[in-house]
Amino acid sequence: MNGILVYLLILLIAALLSPAIIQRGGRHAAWLLGLISAAGFAMFLTYAPLTSAGEKLSLTINWLPELYLNFSLYLDGLSLFFALLITGMGALVLVFAGKYMQPYPLRHRFFFLILLFEFAMLALVISGNLFTMFIFWELTSVSSFLLVGFSHEKPEARNAALQALLITVAGGLAMMAGFIILGQAAGTLEIPLLLKSGDIIRNHPHYLPALLLILAGAFTKSAQFPFHFWLPGAMQAPSPVSAFLHSATMVKAGIYLLMRLSPVMGGTPEWKYILTITGAITMLLGGYFAYSQTDFKKVLAYTTISALGILVLMLGIDTDISIKAAIIFLLVHALYKGALFMIAGLIDKSAGSRDLRKLGGLFRAMPVAAVAAIISLLSMAGLPPMIGFIGKELIYEAKIGLPDIGNFLLLAGVLTNVIMVAISLTLIFNLFLGPLKYPGEKPKRPALALRIGPMILASVSLVFGLFPSTVADLLLRPAITSIRPTIDTLKLALWHGFNEVLLMSFITVAAGIILFLLYRKVNPVLTRFNNEVITFRFADAFNKGLDFFLSLTKKKTALVQSGYQRIYLIAIFIMTSALAWYQIAYTWKDMAVNVITPPGVYELLIVTVIVASAIFATLAKSRLAAILSLGATGYGIALLFINYGAIDVAITMILAETLILVLFMVVIYHLPKFTSFSSGKTRLRDAGIALLAGGFMTGLVLKAGQVNLSPKISEFYTENALSLAHGKNTVNVILVDFRALDTLGEITVLVIAAIGVTALLKLRTKKGSAT
Amino acid sequence: METILAFVIGLLFAAGVYMLLRRSIVKLILGIMLLSHAINLLIFTAGGLHKGRPQFTGYGMESDIPNPTDPLPQALILTAIVIGFGITAFFLALMYRFYQVTGTEDLDELKEGDTK
Repeated sequence: MNGILVYLLILLIAALLSPAIIQRGGRHAAWLLGLISAAGFAMFLTYAPLTSAGEKLSLTINWLPELYLNFSLYLDGLSLFFALLITGMGALVLVFAGKYMQPYPLRHRFFFLILLFEFAMLALVISGNLFTMFIFWELTSVSSFLLVGFSHEKPEARNAALQALLITVAGGLAMMAGFIILGQAAGTLEIPLLLKSGDIIRNHPHYLPALLLILAGAFTKSAQFPFHFWLPGAMQAPSPVSAFLHSATMVKAGIYLLMRLSPVMGGTPEWKYILTITGAITMLLGGYFAYSQTDFKKVLAYTTISALGILVLMLGIDTDISIKAAIIFLLVHALYKGALFMIAGLIDKSAGSRDLRKLGGLFRAMPVAAVAAIISLLSMAGLPPMIGFIGKELIYEAKIGLPDIGNFLLLAGVLTNVIMVAISLTLIFNLFLGPLKYPGEKPKRPALALRIGPMILASVSLVFGLFPSTVADLLLRPAITSIRPTIDTLKLALWHGFNEVLLMSFITVAAGIILFLLYRKVNPVLTRFNNEVITFRFADAFNKGLDFFLSLTKKKTALVQSGYQRIYLIAIFIMTSALAWYQIAYTWKDMAVNVITPPGVYELLIVTVIVASAIFATLAKSRLAAILSLGATGYGIALLFINYGAIDVAITMILAETLILVLFMVVIYHLPKFTSFSSGKTRLRDAGIALLAGGFMTGLVLKAGQVNLSPKISEFYTENALSLAHGKNTVNVILVDFRALDTLGEITVLVIAAIGVTALLKLRTKKGSAT
Repeated sequence: METILAFVIGLLFAAGVYMLLRRSIVKLILGIMLLSHAINLLIFTAGGLHKGRPQFTGYGMESDIPNPTDPLPQALILTAIVIGFGITAFFLALMYRFYQVTGTEDLDELKEGDTK
């Protein structure tokens, strides 16, 4: 497990160094980065025998175990399956990008981002703690935001990136809340422990809210209806990003989460209904829109949505066969989708367009790439002998014989596959066969770096289809067993004998061919239908909602943030007083002063002076009178201090008061006369607030008399003033000895104030500069 | 006496808050001074009132009777007074400068500079 931790660090360091590598390393530098990713693939492959034997590796670095927050890694069949997909696909995408990104001036930045993305995604799938996973989940959102918006000079790219970010991060936030509930219910967030506490969680009263919140995270990430719209927008990203995002990463993170939590939260009616219905809608919707597009990349983006719908549907059906189908279809989809997005990129590059209507006969221009594309498309159509055929057969098998809405699901599934067949055939015939057609210059043969990814992926699709047992036991079965421990065998074969599944496959292909033949006639109609009849666009609605929210917050800010400091002060005083008054009223009956010092005539006189001068200072119409009577208040308080034995305090007070009076006198003639700005009503309001605040202070003092603080601190000073500090005046000793550092701070404040005063008085404003 | 002082503190505080809520900047500074008076008195009262017993030791005066006056609040208030003085002085200079630069003492006119 330490090896994996080290590899994660290597990947992170590679990401940090990649800009330098790309800038200094010459034209083939990206091969080195691809090699790092491929090394990860090889390393994870060495773990396959372990996980295949049912072993689970984990590593925990405690951080805040009391709050269940730890950095944990966990590797079982499922994590390994994803880790291999990510590193393998990552290697091919990096090599592809090395050539593809050459004309981009900011390509060094691109490699940093895509490696960071790979790192985050890899760490996500091998996280052993839901919070560790959450952190990397958010990191994938952020790095994909930067990747989608990579061509940031285009407004569409910026908008698409923002949408992708807001939707996936909002989902992530909901998911975090779900994780917290899950942690409270199970008493842990460690995945290995959670996997054992499925029954507790499913029977917990907060199961449904937790499920809904976590599904919000998974569905936004995996572009399920109604959050699907960010994914077609995300194809604004350069093709290597799309190839990576759609095949093995990002959108598969949501699927991974569902698979991971399926033993913990799955199996309930809520789980089944939400997942199957959402999955089915997404699947059909994606299929329909894929069929009605003309942009190669857009077609692919919508088929991804459809495929994600199928995966969610399979996980929702939640039977042995559907789980098997989900894992195998995930692999199928990753293989063909990764290849096809790379092909889309290289066609765009060499033929100058992605528009299906402008292209044709590309087989002549790029035979090798075309073969790879055709194999991948056949796999997408679910035709033998590709692995896609096995995937599709399993999906059909999973849908047969389901209760209640099963028949609808079966019909929807067949319909979607018919569309897939039609799209695949359309792409094969439109793009690669027939007479050569291209809008610009004659297409060149693509470079090896561009071809190698699709070639490898296509041959894997073919080899796995012909010899499915090679991977079944080593990689697929352990992944399936991680989701459903009761499954211990997986037998895959192209030939299942004559049964209803095969019959359905025949029907699908036949209907698909019909739909393909209709494509040229139907597609323009559908495009017009989409443009003119379906005026509602989710992406637009989202933007409108966003604008509305922004204007709402602007209004709210204008309301709360008046810009008048008095209003802020009023808010603070009212809030504080109200809270304090609540507390005082709550404990009203205990309110009594336990220490009573009987007042003498002398003290009463001083108090009268203080009160009278304070009131006069407040109401005075002249500045001078106000300042002088405030001085009287200060001296009165000083007299009180003397009376109660605080001689040093009184001396300081008198000095300070005198100084302030002198200062006031110095500046007073430079100051404006008192003016009354406020109306009577405002004064009354302010007086009310002032009394509210003053009253709470009175209550506070009355309460404070009851509080019996530990006397030990003061006693220590009294006892040790003479013996330790050799001072007879305890107060002085405290200030200059025991708490000398405080006094140093106090002096510092004075110095700063003095500097400030000097600066303010001496600073001569240049005319017009300060106003 | 504690009860009386409680009301005196309340009154000083109320007067301070009222002054703080005025629009004139000169009144604002008076409000701050009133507030600091109120708080000093608050800490003092909270420490307990004991008539005429300064915290001196080692002079042999009444050494057999333990002195009940608490020296700690006094030390705190002392610090508070000095810092309060520093703030007041700085505020005065600021106010002087403010008036010189803006030609107004109306705090509401500051708002314009803030939201532009």
